[in-house]
Amino acid sequence: MKIQIGAERCQGHGRCYDRAPDLFGADDEGYGMVLGDGVVPPGKERDARLAAANCPERAIDVLEEG
Amino acid sequence: MAADDRFTEDFRDAREEEVIGTISEVVTGPVADWATDFSHLEPEWSADPYPIQDDLRQRCPIAHTERFGGAWLPTRYEDVSSIAYDTERFSSRSIILSNFRPPRELAPIGGSPPISSDPPFHHDARKLLLPAFTKAEIAKQEPATRAFCHSLIDAFDGQGVVDAAGDYAQHIPMRVIADMLGFPPEDGPRFRVFVEDLLEGINLPPDERIERVSRLFEYLLVQVHDHIDHPREDLTSYLINAELYGHKLAPDHVVGTMALLLIAGIDTSWSAIGASLWHLAKHPADRRRLVAEPGLLPTAIEEFLRAYAPVTMARLVKEDMHWHGVDMKADDWILLSFPAANRDPAQFIHRCVGSHLARLELRVALEAWLARIPEFTLADPAAVTWSAGQIRGPRSLPLRIR
Repeated sequence: MKIQIGAERCQGHGRCYDRAPDLFGADDEGYGMVLGDGVVPPGKERDARLAAANCPERAIDVLEEG
Repeated sequence: MAADDRFTEDFRDAREEEVIGTISEVVTGPVADWATDFSHLEPEWSADPYPIQDDLRQRCPIAHTERFGGAWLPTRYEDVSSIAYDTERFSSRSIILSNFRPPRELAPIGGSPPISSDPPFHHDARKLLLPAFTKAEIAKQEPATRAFCHSLIDAFDGQGVVDAAGDYAQHIPMRVIADMLGFPPEDGPRFRVFVEDLLEGINLPPDERIERVSRLFEYLLVQVHDHIDHPREDLTSYLINAELYGHKLAPDHVVGTMALLLIAGIDTSWSAIGASLWHLAKHPADRRRLVAEPGLLPTAIEEFLRAYAPVTMARLVKEDMHWHGVDMKADDWILLSFPAANRDPAQFIHRCVGSHLARLELRVALEAWLARIPEFTLADPAAVTWSAGQIRGPRSLPLRIR
């Protein structure tokens, strides 16, 4: 599983790095960033889906294959 | 370095001359029909707006009133969200609906940037504030906020009934934002007057409203001069020194943003903390669950923010137009009730710059309260009062705590 953030959609609500701090971080202005290469470590799939579901801007894409 | 001469008497005189807007007749009295004569200042709206909004959504989804010089109230999610995103047809130059419309020349900056700004200026003015309001930066406020919450509870000292709105909720954001702006912490009672003048005084005679609003700006100018003379590490000094497009900010911009941070920094969290305690006083099962499992608090907070979204914004129509079935005229107000939009995540449209701060204040305030006062009930449900106008929260909330 891979995750990515649509930077043009992100408004910096920070729900992703609140809900899944192992997968997401914040830049200097509070916009969300994917940590590392975006490959979700085994066992963290639920956190990835939770972060995506909680994004008010629907800015997180979860790619199940990859 | 040349002295900073932006904030002189001339600036204030120029400011007063520029403020030539449109003043409308003040209309008061009970609402005849919410579809054609709504008023968000009426006590029945303050006490419980949701049944009114639900009724309107069914029979008149874009309600109208002749009050305030003409205003529209959309209650469907699609309409609220379309207007919030449509900066071509709707201006943000005043986001508090009142009997005074600022002149069009006030756009794109507006009176309290960036919330009152139209794009593209809005984006750039907002960007200036973002680094100071990241989650990491806001987390620095947590220890002092927690200590302050406990000191407020210490002061309850043996009382059986306390006013959770007046003795607890209001003081928390006042202290935090005063610290962040570098204002004297003992000025809290003045902040409350400023908040009420600005947000609830919208039907005052225009001269009196202008007089009260100018009291806020006079106060802010005193703080600006104090910071020019004694610069320090806080938001006021940051704004005085900040640059946009290669220049220091216009004096109106500096003072307008300070006004925004002070007012919006207080009323929203005050309302959210109060509404959450009101809910927990009325729902003992929810309260006991949170006391037993404090780890659920972050999830509960998201639900409180959804269910009791305290903020309603306003817009001004830019040009005459037929829009979603109604004939809107230039300079008609739109009351953009995010709570009315079906208590939907619509409240997150264009994220509030202070959202991390609001969440921190709400979480710490509830953690401290629930740890110290796990058992509490409404002392007198009839004595609970709610603010009038666009920001909704308890203003008197007597709770029995022992």
